[in-house]
Amino acid sequence: MSKPSNEGFFWLLFSAGGVVAAVFLPVILFLFGLAFPLGWVSPPSFEHLLALARNPLARVFLFVLCSLPLFHWAHRFRFTVYDGLQVKHLNEVVLVFCYGGAVLGTLVSGYLLLRM
Amino acid sequence: MTQLPSTEFHPRWYREPVSTYWWIGSWRYSLFILRELTSVAVAWTVVMLLFLLRALLSGPDAYTRWLHRMQSPVLIVLNAIVMCFLLLHTITWFNLAPRAMPVRVNGKRVPEVLVAAPNYGLWVVASVVIAWFVLRTS
Repeated sequence: MSKPSNEGFFWLLFSAGGVVAAVFLPVILFLFGLAFPLGWVSPPSFEHLLALARNPLARVFLFVLCSLPLFHWAHRFRFTVYDGLQVKHLNEVVLVFCYGGAVLGTLVSGYLLLRM
Repeated sequence: MTQLPSTEFHPRWYREPVSTYWWIGSWRYSLFILRELTSVAVAWTVVMLLFLLRALLSGPDAYTRWLHRMQSPVLIVLNAIVMCFLLLHTITWFNLAPRAMPVRVNGKRVPEVLVAAPNYGLWVVASVVIAWFVLRTS
């Protein structure tokens, strides 16, 4: 028997993050990245957005929205580099960069949301 | 590159070297790589969101500055490209669901379109709800 690996756990994070990213990220990017900057819709006031971000449920939602998609990125990007660019000799570096980045982003989002 | 060890039953494996650009030249393989690259768009959007949260935490001036910075033409062009990749992610992800989890009713496989459809419904509802929360004027 092969030794147990963490692959399943990371794959779970990957697929959960994939769902969250697929359902929620397009509307966020559309509003804040295109609709507001291009003046299609006027952006919300600071007070309104802050009140929204301070809502406990919204905080939990925003935390999930930041962390899970980052782990999705980490898992998928790791294999993109592996298959697409064939940089197999840098495997460890890529691994640390990807999952390290996801952990860092998760910590930053947690810190920001706790202090909000 | 790691060499697989030769065993009693196998000689050292011979592997035909594959070009780094193996995925160019076939639409199917290019689409695969494009799909894999959508993860970069996902990470980009999260980073944008983190900068927004930081601006909200710093106060009204920081928020105004953030809105201003988002208006730079470079960022708008980048965001338009990222938007296309995000949509590619959403569509490929939703269409994958019926393959990963085939649904059978009375032993017959439910058509993939019917299994994927609820995903799109959920997507529309979630987008409308979020837009409503963000845009609603109290």
